Amino acid sequence: MLTDYTLRTVALGAALLGIVSGALGTFAVLRRQSLLGDAVSHAALPGIALAFLLTGSKAPIILIAGAAVAGWAATWLIMATSWSTRIKYDSALGLVLSVFFGVGLLILTAIQKMPDAQQAGLDTYLFGQAASLVQRDVLTMAILGALALAAIAILWKEFKILSFDPEFARSLQLPVRRLDAALTMLLVLAIVIGLQMVGVVLMSAMLIAPAAAARQWTDRLGIMMVISMGAGALAGVAGALISASGSHLPTGPTIVLCISALVLLSMALAPNRGLAWRMVNRYRKSMQLGREALLVDLYILALKHAERTHAHDETALALMRPGAGSPRGRLRKLQEIGLAERAHGRLWRLTDDGVKEARRLYRVRKGGGDP
Amino acid sequence: MSDAISHAILPGIVVAFFFTGSLSSPLLLAGGAATGLITVALVEMLRKTQLIREDAAIGLVFPALFSVGVLLIAQYAGDVHLDIDVVLLGELAFVPFDRWIVGGMDLGPRAFYVTGGVGLACAFFLILFYKELKLATFDAGLAAALGFMPALLHYGLMALVSITAVAVFDAVGSVLVVAFMVGPPAAAYLLTDRLHILIGLAAGIGVVTAIAGYWIAYALDGSIAGSMAFAVGLAFGGAFLFAPNRGVVALSRRRARQRWTFALKMLTIHLLQHERGLLEERRVEHMQDHMRWSGEFAQRVVRIGVTSGHFRVEDGELLLLPAGRTLAKAAITDT
Repeated sequence: MLTDYTLRTVALGAALLGIVSGALGTFAVLRRQSLLGDAVSHAALPGIALAFLLTGSKAPIILIAGAAVAGWAATWLIMATSWSTRIKYDSALGLVLSVFFGVGLLILTAIQKMPDAQQAGLDTYLFGQAASLVQRDVLTMAILGALALAAIAILWKEFKILSFDPEFARSLQLPVRRLDAALTMLLVLAIVIGLQMVGVVLMSAMLIAPAAAARQWTDRLGIMMVISMGAGALAGVAGALISASGSHLPTGPTIVLCISALVLLSMALAPNRGLAWRMVNRYRKSMQLGREALLVDLYILALKHAERTHAHDETALALMRPGAGSPRGRLRKLQEIGLAERAHGRLWRLTDDGVKEARRLYRVRKGGGDP
Repeated sequence: MSDAISHAILPGIVVAFFFTGSLSSPLLLAGGAATGLITVALVEMLRKTQLIREDAAIGLVFPALFSVGVLLIAQYAGDVHLDIDVVLLGELAFVPFDRWIVGGMDLGPRAFYVTGGVGLACAFFLILFYKELKLATFDAGLAAALGFMPALLHYGLMALVSITAVAVFDAVGSVLVVAFMVGPPAAAYLLTDRLHILIGLAAGIGVVTAIAGYWIAYALDGSIAGSMAFAVGLAFGGAFLFAPNRGVVALSRRRARQRWTFALKMLTIHLLQHERGLLEERRVEHMQDHMRWSGEFAQRVVRIGVTSGHFRVEDGELLLLPAGRTLAKAAITDT
């Protein structure tokens, strides 16, 4: 029964995390802030340690508040550094991330040496320990997540403009800076909610991966966000179940591998953008180009004769484009669509429709444009 | 990128560890370097599909590889002495106990030789390819055109980054490697414009912060690696605020100075235009209206101009002095 309760709590928490980080990750990916997740999750550590040091409490809401403040400060420092000096954004990010993390570690280790050992369990925020999740944690996650989603819903069109065209937003007199701050704050919130679940290192994947997967399927923000939330929840539950079914399968990494698999799957299979789709398209295009070239070749041969439907031998066609292979298959296809026909044996000729189409293509190729 | 690599080397270390059964084998370096290169290549591959932007690609690849590493460790937990804590955080305090003993002779801590060796290799690479690296860094296009193969150099550099990360991970942990790879160069970058000075300065800052960090840890009785990162943060913060030309303080002072210089120029131009004609235009108490300045600001500009000898005040009337006239004329012809 105990394992059942644990599994249910973990799966529920993972699903919640997937939904919230999927929603906010959408904005992070579109605004090219993917690595901010990594920075914030590392930078949250000193906040957690300080929050505990100051209050002596381990209630999730207090620790999350500390983490959020530290994450927010780190984000601000990264922005300030890359704005006011020539240090680039990614360097500033790496620097702030590792220094904050180091300071957090310093405080944490200093606390651990203190006489009363109340601090046990703080390090679950470091590596993530889904199994240590209790109902109270899930409830906190649910409430904070609901607040974040509500904020997104209320500020939907503002966030949308901000993500795609901040200059336009500014020209509309929107408070761009404050909106930017609000969105970043929500992002920080989503990240610190997930820390206890998957830990510092893997949180960045939880944020980016659902959105990166969803991006492949659609070009519309609303749909992308819904897919992203769904993908996050799916990967969360699947990871929790897989990790419970096997032995020695930590939940966090399993979830991350699930969501990474979803990204690869989306990249391969998604319509229009996906790699498989692209390969099929390329094949179709090259087939069509080959047919058109053949049609023009037939037309060029026919130009030397009185009637444009004069039949010619396959060999002559093959000789015109060495390396293109036998034209037989392409000729058959042309016959199928009614542009050419077999006179007899190896002799082929254009149909009336074929002459028209070939003339058009021939002129286009000569640079005369479409008549 | 160094952050991504330092995390992603985990599976390489783990696999090499399973093969050799020890944390001190040179195979670990090779495994780590290989995984580091795989990380770079994977990110490049994802980016080339144009389905995912580079930042997202980095953010996807290293957690995935790290997860593989953690799962591998977890599979063999119990019979393996390799902890995620150690990989992430490191423990410098244990390094002196890991001695290198050859034929019963104690040659000192093993880490000293490993890190020293890697350090020498890095220095060697840097000296050997200094010119090529410099060119590839500042103008990759030209480097490619001249046949220096910046891509190959890039992978070489990334291999070194990975090897360095592996060599020091058990001492300072993978996160804090990043502090040392990014922090000192970033601080030095604010202090100089010359590459060779930058490298020397960065190395110097690295040494000083490492030693300072050790003493901070000693005083606070906390994590050595953590306090070293803290020291790096302090060093960068110092450079960020107080760097002679690019620091925030220097910048804001320059900006303030430019503000007064500009105001003074404006005032001398105004006086030049109205040297003859209405006395009204030259009255001290009317300057704030003419120049649309606040009263206090106008008074201050007048005071600055008088002390610097650009004009003088006579019965409440501002009279240009030769220096002021030159300044105004120069300002007009300049623009």
